[in-house]
Amino acid sequence: MSFDVDVETRLGDFALAVRFTAAAGLTALFGPSGAGKTSVLNMIAGVLKPARGRIAVDGAVLFDSAQGINLAPNHRRVGYVFQDARLFPHMSVEHNLLYGYRLTAPEARYVQPDQVMALLGLEHLLARKPGALSGGEQQRVAIGRALLASPKLLLMDEPLASLDAARKEEILPYIERLRDEMRLPILYVTHAEGEANRLAGAMVRIAAGRVTA
Amino acid sequence: MFDFTPAEWEAVFLSLKVGLWGTLASLPVGFLLAYVLARLEFPLKSLVHGIVYLPLVLPPVVTGFFLLLLFGTRGPIGQFLQNVFGITIAFKWTGAALAAAIMGLPLMVRAMRLSIVAVDRRLETAARTLGAGWWRVLFTITLPLALPGIIAGAVLSFAKSFGEFGATITFVSNIPGETRTLPIAIYSLLQSSGGEDAALRLAGLSVVVSLVAVLGAEFMERRIVAKST
Repeated sequence: MSFDVDVETRLGDFALAVRFTAAAGLTALFGPSGAGKTSVLNMIAGVLKPARGRIAVDGAVLFDSAQGINLAPNHRRVGYVFQDARLFPHMSVEHNLLYGYRLTAPEARYVQPDQVMALLGLEHLLARKPGALSGGEQQRVAIGRALLASPKLLLMDEPLASLDAARKEEILPYIERLRDEMRLPILYVTHAEGEANRLAGAMVRIAAGRVTA
Repeated sequence: MFDFTPAEWEAVFLSLKVGLWGTLASLPVGFLLAYVLARLEFPLKSLVHGIVYLPLVLPPVVTGFFLLLLFGTRGPIGQFLQNVFGITIAFKWTGAALAAAIMGLPLMVRAMRLSIVAVDRRLETAARTLGAGWWRVLFTITLPLALPGIIAGAVLSFAKSFGEFGATITFVSNIPGETRTLPIAIYSLLQSSGGEDAALRLAGLSVVVSLVAVLGAEFMERRIVAKST
């Protein structure tokens, strides 16, 4: 279980060239705002196309400019937890959670809804609409939704950034359980050093579109 | 109030049939146009925009005249339909439905376009990362979220189709039981002596139908606003 990222692109005046390899466990992609962290996640998820490079997860090539490979986001099996939870407002929590699960072939699933609901403490929220949830609850549902699509890699883009300190403390233990109980690699974007130190087994530091350490 | 003669009922039901089919047939076309105008950038986009909205500003008799030139028995599309499918629409109720659909299209596209623009595209991206392909995103995310605008557009198009006069009478004339819709029946009644009472009853009915449609559309629009805040 590992993934390799080697991407280059240009966004307006901003040049981005990032290369790193990460193993299982949680890897923090750490750097100041505007360093290009979210763009890296978008390229791995297939939402943003790199100008050049190669992305492989667990041996499967998702993108390779030299070979002309560029899998659509829905064929990448890369989970994405956004900074804003992006729950579907017209569906209940339960239907949000099962959206990706139902689109995953049964033989490719490695977690079941009961497990994820227990892991993230979601059982009592199932019938609600996303609008009736607190920010922390929304983020937990978003994590569960991504997990239930049985991704081979989970991207998390500052999932705590929009929450206050108390809510952060409420979610952090769930992320730690996720890290310890699931065997999938997690790439976790943050600009908070404390968060990175607490959660990450490995750290990739980037600044101004370059890996610095 | 409801003691209409058989001929008047005929006009009412014909108008309902024309309005319903005109709206149903223009739904997919209207949604496609609204989606393209809301989401895509391409050369000549403003020209497409202008053509879609043209029936709203053009004198209806001009729209009807163009329909006659294109879809009439000697028009290029009319002849094609006749030769290939054996279908004639000039001077038929289907022609009235076509005229109604064309006249209702600008209103339909406008309501749909606004509701598609209001859909948060980041939700569509989220659905893609969960394994949904383009079509599934359209049917499970975009369409349900734009639904109030789609319904509002359909209602407005129906109201327009129900009462369309100028383009219809120009294109398919005034044939009782075939193309004499409610407004054309009112017009005919006013042309004959002693028809005012009947015309008034039919006019009252068209006020009721139009009012219900406009209020329905406004209710849906308010739901969009409530959802997006």
